[in-house]
Amino acid sequence: MKRALMSAAALLLAVPAGAQTIAITGGTVAIGDGSQPIPNGTVIIRDGRVVAAGSGVAVPAGARTIDATGKWVSPGLVVGLAPVGLVEVSGVEETDDTDPGKSPFSAAIDVAPAINPKAQPLQVTRAEGYTRAIVGPVAGDSIFAGQGAIIDLGTDMDALMQARAFQYAELGQVGGRNVGGGRPGVFAYLRNALFEAQAYKRDRQAPSPAGHDGFERQLTRLDAEALVAVVDGSVPLFVNVNRASDILTVLRFNQEFPAIRLVLVGANEGWMVAPQIAAAGVPVITAALTDLPETFESLAATRSNVGRLRAAGVKVALRTTRNTAQEAGNLVGLAQVPGATGLDWGSAFATITSAPAEIVGMGAEFGSLLPGRRGDVVIWDGDPLEVQTGVEQVFIDGVEQSLDTHMSRLRDRYRQAQPGSLPKAYER
Amino acid sequence: MRLRWLGGAAMLALAACGQPERTGSASSASSSEERVAFPGDPFPSTYRPYPGVTTLITNATIFDGEGGRVDGGSVLLADGKVVAVGTAVNAPADAVVIDGTGKFVTPGIIDIHSHLGDYPTPSVDAHSDGNEATDPVTAQVWAEHSVWPQDPGFARALTNGGVTTIQILPGSANLFGGRSVTIKNVYARTVQEMKFPGAPYGLKMACGENPKRVYGSRNQMPSTRMGNVAVNRATWQEAREYMAEWDAYAEDGGDAPDRNLQMDTLVGVLKGDILVHNHCYRADEMAVVLDMAREFGYKVTSFQHAVEAYKIADLLKEHGTCASVWADWWGFKMESYDAIYENLPLLEAQGACATIHSDDPDGIQRLNQEVGKALGDGRRIGIDISDEHAWTWLSFNPATALGIAEQTGSLRPGKMADIVLWSGNPFSTYTQTEKVWVDGALLYDSSDPTRRPVSDFELGQVGEGDVK
Repeated sequence: MKRALMSAAALLLAVPAGAQTIAITGGTVAIGDGSQPIPNGTVIIRDGRVVAAGSGVAVPAGARTIDATGKWVSPGLVVGLAPVGLVEVSGVEETDDTDPGKSPFSAAIDVAPAINPKAQPLQVTRAEGYTRAIVGPVAGDSIFAGQGAIIDLGTDMDALMQARAFQYAELGQVGGRNVGGGRPGVFAYLRNALFEAQAYKRDRQAPSPAGHDGFERQLTRLDAEALVAVVDGSVPLFVNVNRASDILTVLRFNQEFPAIRLVLVGANEGWMVAPQIAAAGVPVITAALTDLPETFESLAATRSNVGRLRAAGVKVALRTTRNTAQEAGNLVGLAQVPGATGLDWGSAFATITSAPAEIVGMGAEFGSLLPGRRGDVVIWDGDPLEVQTGVEQVFIDGVEQSLDTHMSRLRDRYRQAQPGSLPKAYER
Repeated sequence: MRLRWLGGAAMLALAACGQPERTGSASSASSSEERVAFPGDPFPSTYRPYPGVTTLITNATIFDGEGGRVDGGSVLLADGKVVAVGTAVNAPADAVVIDGTGKFVTPGIIDIHSHLGDYPTPSVDAHSDGNEATDPVTAQVWAEHSVWPQDPGFARALTNGGVTTIQILPGSANLFGGRSVTIKNVYARTVQEMKFPGAPYGLKMACGENPKRVYGSRNQMPSTRMGNVAVNRATWQEAREYMAEWDAYAEDGGDAPDRNLQMDTLVGVLKGDILVHNHCYRADEMAVVLDMAREFGYKVTSFQHAVEAYKIADLLKEHGTCASVWADWWGFKMESYDAIYENLPLLEAQGACATIHSDDPDGIQRLNQEVGKALGDGRRIGIDISDEHAWTWLSFNPATALGIAEQTGSLRPGKMADIVLWSGNPFSTYTQTEKVWVDGALLYDSSDPTRRPVSDFELGQVGEGDVK
């Protein structure tokens, strides 16, 4: 907690000095905290932060007023774990900074230096109403992929909000393939790596005369150092597991290293062990509509997974890069199907706003329109969970953002396919 | 088209196996000498519609699939067929009546691009049967010989997606990927029992990055786009020569030419009996393919993916070639970098044929929502296409491109009763499928767990019979 406060204080220094007061009036306001939308509400942003949102909010004198009558106003959506800003074209290897390649490092990998605020996928993601992202790496020849970051999706060059915000690990079949030995190999590797991190920490505090603590080193010095934060519990450990039995194994393992703060990623069969996940207080980041037995780890995958986890009391955020609003909307629709479990609107919207922010300890900073949050606000031309809805305006830290992208420019150029009096290359 | 195909197939002698047959037996009226021929349809459809009951859906909003709409309308289905659609429909006294108040009725969705069955789930290597990636030209392979009828994905496409007809294609590793198969989305023991009766075959072709990457990485031709075209042209030239040999033999007799299964498929295309569905992303490459097709005398029925179709809407319209596209897949490879969300509406606005498609076992479950996105994106730039017209992208246009529009794809009386009842407007995120009929048989009912398919693979597994 102390650390969280400190980092929040440090973050304040990075906020652009937006002295403007903005009042967005008349729209349907979705707070993002799980509550239902509020008709004819007002949102006030001052100095880059939300001051008030809801009904009966007075517009301060001198505020820039935006009439959102007939529209919806919400916090910016949060990308719950995706490589936004790390990849330009995933099929073009040299533009993909999530590709682990032949790196000798694993847990030490830190995505922060790779973040490119000008990457087109980031522009496109912002234009769809996302304003913050949990950015994660991809594992190579290890169970550990490295350290993810929290970023904003603004147009400026200052995207990084928190580097080394979490460690990411593959503890299912992917991990077993990466390190060999299947699941037994995964847990031997994991246990050894955490022991080494503990030894490294001891050695760092009181170096032994021989500089040797008796352990056979499996990790590089930097990898061990990165894992100290994990065994200390100062950063969460995101673990990708899907099979119900794997989830229970991981929860048991957590008892062996109780300081570790687990976050389950995937958890496609999580609904089968939802009470245990809830009892452990472990949150889940998952895709809402996974319903195929894509692997033998996900035979029980169902669109009801999120609803059933939530019903058991588990905090759930959605994970994909894009279309999570559509996914959340489907969870609302699912509630009407006999035998299925969906979510109400407020809970569904929280899975793409406040829940991901809270999972990374940033709930007081973004993910909702509660007072004091960053001025990340989106004005939509309709219900943000409807597929036909579009984004009209995006604010990040109270600053209005450009919604131009490579894509929107092509659209404008090719409104008519045939060239006019000059080639298309001159139309812009 | 269908008749032409049957005639052509018989003449062409298309078959994958066995000994040649002798035609012109003593009982034949023909006076021509005997000719070597082959069975035209060696893996015939054994699909049989399941029984249904006469059903009247009342007071629903109906999109007829051809652009028509009836508010407060009724649909009558009987004997597997659509009988009547309108505001005043007389039904027999014994008809099951379903109150459609607040609900929508549409033709079943047709996905023109799927790999269900040939890339089934679980997606383990043992199931990877979609790309015969051992040669850039494999026109002799048929997707139906890879299709696993127990793919759990068929159930999701039916129940969550309202998809009643599917074209399953080979993958895009090869320039000539092989024949597609069109199926009714009804679980069966064999692929033959799923095959859409009378549907023409398709030929999957691919341009662009995939073939040149797959073979270029083996230091084999093609390794470039120009290599792609060169191999294509050489192959079409060979097909024309092969066709000429068989045509001459049919005319003049003599020794029968050697049979070439690969060439048989290509001759089927040249004769107009097999429809070309060409995976192609970039506008410039599509234009090259259209010229190549003219050079060798065949038609490109559809471009698949066609993310830059909007750049050449005029050209596609001129050639009568459809574009089957995603709503918003973008930027995952270089040739998809210029994708825009308004592809479908821009094509429509400029008079070109367009369809949605999935190419994906998840996307196939929400093709209606994908069209909803495109509608919204189009309307925001002033292209106001009606909901009912947009349904042509989901059923009638794909039916046309698959050569089955006489049988399905719209609610015209006499057509197959392939019908979905939606809980609300199907372009809303909140809408779910309630009931799905295929040939008048109720094969999904959200309120009846016994009307929910469970593939052999899922039997006895965790989650068996869950709503998914």
